[in-house]
Amino acid sequence: MKRTAIATTAAAICAMGFSFAAQAQISGDTIKIGFITDMSGLYSDIDGQGGAEAIRMAIADAGGNINGKKIEFIQADHQNKADIAASKAREWFDQQGVDMLIGGTNSGANLAMAKVAAEKKKVFISIGAGSSRLTNEECTPYTVHYAYDTVALARGTGGAIVKQGGKSWYFMTADYAFGQSLEKDTAEVVTKNGGKVLGSVKHPLSASDFSSFLLQAQSSGAQILGLANAGGDAINSIKAANEFGITKKMKLAGLLIFINDVHSLGLKTTEGMYLTDGWYWDMNDATRAWSKRYFAKMKKEPSMLQAGDYSAATNYLAAVKAAGTDDSDKVIAKMKATPINDMFAKGGVIRPDGRMVHDMYLMEVKKPGESKYPWDYYKVVATIPGDQAYATKAETKCALWK
Amino acid sequence: MEIFGVPLPAMMSQLLLGLVNGSFYAMLSLGLAVIFGLLNVINFSHGALYMMGAFLAWMGMAYFGLNYWVMLVLSPFIVGVLGIIIEKTMLRWLYKLDHLYGLLLTFGITLLIEGVFRSFYGVSGQPVDTPELLQGATDLGFMVMPNYRGWVVVASLLVCLVTWFVIEKTKLGSYLRAGTENPKLVEAFGINVPLMVTLTYGFGVALAAFAGVLAAPIIQVTPLMGSNLIIVVFAVVVIGGMGSIMGSILTGLGLGVIEGLTKVFYPEFSSTVVFLVMVIVLLLRPAGLFGKEK
Repeated sequence: MKRTAIATTAAAICAMGFSFAAQAQISGDTIKIGFITDMSGLYSDIDGQGGAEAIRMAIADAGGNINGKKIEFIQADHQNKADIAASKAREWFDQQGVDMLIGGTNSGANLAMAKVAAEKKKVFISIGAGSSRLTNEECTPYTVHYAYDTVALARGTGGAIVKQGGKSWYFMTADYAFGQSLEKDTAEVVTKNGGKVLGSVKHPLSASDFSSFLLQAQSSGAQILGLANAGGDAINSIKAANEFGITKKMKLAGLLIFINDVHSLGLKTTEGMYLTDGWYWDMNDATRAWSKRYFAKMKKEPSMLQAGDYSAATNYLAAVKAAGTDDSDKVIAKMKATPINDMFAKGGVIRPDGRMVHDMYLMEVKKPGESKYPWDYYKVVATIPGDQAYATKAETKCALWK
Repeated sequence: MEIFGVPLPAMMSQLLLGLVNGSFYAMLSLGLAVIFGLLNVINFSHGALYMMGAFLAWMGMAYFGLNYWVMLVLSPFIVGVLGIIIEKTMLRWLYKLDHLYGLLLTFGITLLIEGVFRSFYGVSGQPVDTPELLQGATDLGFMVMPNYRGWVVVASLLVCLVTWFVIEKTKLGSYLRAGTENPKLVEAFGINVPLMVTLTYGFGVALAAFAGVLAAPIIQVTPLMGSNLIIVVFAVVVIGGMGSIMGSILTGLGLGVIEGLTKVFYPEFSSTVVFLVMVIVLLLRPAGLFGKEK
């Protein structure tokens, strides 16, 4: 009798232990999402606080907890410095118990964070960075590149313009990882479609004046001026191009223009410009419904990046819930196995190289007369199916997808 | 004709653009030099006040329908008054301390002003239209120059030269200079030195705001426009010699041109070249090109 009692107790203890073990699949008893982006510099409007708000919305929509384990969120400003981004990421993984890191804008910073995340075996979802290197030469099992990349931008805008007869190109390129990737990828598309690249000028990030670079572009005699820059740099390039009358002789191709940039410049300066975007707030009822909630908080319509932040966080949390753990390998396997269907993407797939493949859109900026209500800026010219927008298996340089 | 493989007309247009950018450097570094020369304060908030000048111009036009010319006067005036308040309430207490304290205080003011504008307006910026009178461009033969940029050069050179003249050649200027050399003695002659110092600070920051209004139609008005520029401007002041009025004007223009040329020959280096010049100058002439060794 006594013996059985002991055995029962022992069995009960063991069972309890097992059930504890099953519950302790969530490390540190919280699911912690980190977000490192440009919060104060030239990219802080397209992502920044708006992106953080979008992630908070995703956490709130997930109920703030998964199976009783709290979801926490921390954010930091990398000030567009790769070393700050990397050391913050390292600190968070080592000391703060961050389970998943969302990388905001700046390719240099994101490439650095991807390395740290891979070393620590933590999920890293890059939203705001453009460089296609994240899923090519520098792909890792833990990186997911979510919203767009320079290949998709190049094929969208570059491809469309060459087909319309814009054969000779000159590039004005932001002199860092993103600009260089964008120039290289677009130049490939241009030459592949029978166009010619006449030259390029590389300017420092946040240059104060673009007129000198613009005159060099003009003297090349190219038809198309490809702006391989973003944010404030793209805005000031377009402004100066108008001022110097360069838009009369060359057509501008903004290779990465966000809705915030168009809003800031106004339709008078940007009308007729082509751009490629992965998402637009006014595309369908689902995008409008989410944007309405976002607008109520931020008083601006969201950019592709902010919508992507929401979608990425939501799908990560869904994967954690489905897998019943925040173990990186299991969660990322779950994410790669689950198609993404939400207001951001329809039938989105995360490939083995980490690329989230979804449709992209070639947009044309409306004329002032065509814009009927605030933030009514784009019309969709063409939908570029995901498998045509991104690099293919034949082209990839990622060792994980051979 | 070509110079190092660059056609002469292209070269001339780049020089001219360098001069335009140089006039901004000149005007900003002039304000810094005046303030340092007379107050011994390293005014780190100069960039923020330049930004504020531009923002006020945009606000005046967008909210109150005032035109560019009104704002060109009004905006520096408002910023000047703000400068006087800063000097009266905060800076005043730091004159006897190390330079570092003034630098830290003004740096803090910068973060404050930039933060407030960033949280209200974001960083994408606000567009300011070129005034009607100066719209369009003039064909100079070797390049098409927007009229507005020409105006920038004329206006800033005029302001710089008048400032230099007042400080170096007039009686008022001599009081100012004497007041910094030996304030006690000058006060003994019945001159109100503290008032003079206050007004000087107000004038110095008004110059920054004036430059801001001039810049507004050229670049998007954003909370970051000052911090993008201010480090270069400090380098200009150091190269020209701290406190030297003419030095800062000439160095500002000269460095604008050097930077412009770098944009042609080695564009990637254009944001760094000013600092290379600074290193070389400091090695050869530690007090700067126009500074006096103490």
